[in-house]
Amino acid sequence: MSLASLDQLWVYLSGNPLVSLLATLIAFYLATHINRLLGRSPFAHPVLVAIALLIAFLLLTGIDYATYFEGAQFIHFLLGPATVALAIPLFDHRERVRRLLLPLLIACLSGIITAVSSTLGLALLLGAQKPVLLSLAPRSVTSPIAMGIAEQIGGIPSLAAALVLLTGSVGCALGPWILRMLRIDDPSVKGFTMGLAAHGFGTAHCFASMGAMAGAFAGLAMGLTGMLTAFILPLIVQLFGL
Amino acid sequence: MPLIMGMSVLLGCQFIGELLVRALSIPVPGPVMGMVVLLIGLMIRGRVPSALRLAGEGLLRYLTLLFVPAGVGIMVHFGLIGADIWVLLVTLVVSTALTIAVTAKVLDGLARRRTGEEEA
Repeated sequence: MSLASLDQLWVYLSGNPLVSLLATLIAFYLATHINRLLGRSPFAHPVLVAIALLIAFLLLTGIDYATYFEGAQFIHFLLGPATVALAIPLFDHRERVRRLLLPLLIACLSGIITAVSSTLGLALLLGAQKPVLLSLAPRSVTSPIAMGIAEQIGGIPSLAAALVLLTGSVGCALGPWILRMLRIDDPSVKGFTMGLAAHGFGTAHCFASMGAMAGAFAGLAMGLTGMLTAFILPLIVQLFGL
Repeated sequence: MPLIMGMSVLLGCQFIGELLVRALSIPVPGPVMGMVVLLIGLMIRGRVPSALRLAGEGLLRYLTLLFVPAGVGIMVHFGLIGADIWVLLVTLVVSTALTIAVTAKVLDGLARRRTGEEEA
């Protein structure tokens, strides 16, 4: 095969969904192994490593994000049914959820108010630009809801989605450590906290390393936080006079 | 066929969720409403059919992988993020830490009191 035809083959393949799909799976596989080599350090969370590997791959090959996403959207799409599936662990632990319903609601409200007001307060104090500020406000909510909220209050939806992901990784890195410092052992409390502060990342992290009970409560927190924040956040933004 | 049955139930609930959200203009994404629909369905049925459990738990096991495609999208915003990088880092770290501490303390305190009451 001559060099010219190899070149053409690449032009054909790089626009093909197959390349992005395969690259995503391989990057995730490698990231899981890298994470294990580094002693499961939360700073080398498989999702972060996989994202970094893929960005490096795309920059090196010159494939742009839109082209990549055309293939990777098949994986992205599964987030929908996976969110629906969170009802299964919730159902399994329904007794515990029912018993803790009021504490869960109160904790959720305090968590949301802390998240939104400390975010807006700090970012204002440190002088963030207004579009960044408003995209930052819904950062602890799962990305589809955060994008909707950001749009509603005048932020940039796709930037909001990026900040949500950063929050998720920060939460996964800090969360287990803070929970250990506060001597919290109850898996339902740990899960709920991770789901509230770090949405889907926290939920996935709980399923992977704290068990199904923590995962179920994280999923519950993620859904509840998303719904409540959509109603509360516009009010807090008004209080801050933005 | 269990995997197909399970996937159909999940996608069906998501579909109903999307319909409800659009019809009632609720500010919540379709899949979250789909989760509520499935939960109500399971409450009525009283148990999780094994086909549904197979598909659902399979998806949840690889939940982290499903976030990767959206996460790569951060490369589009390197410019805006770079301009405010220190503000963002400090805000994200401090505020996330505060949120985790407050939520965990409040829930742990309340939950402990509640279980204490029941035992007493």
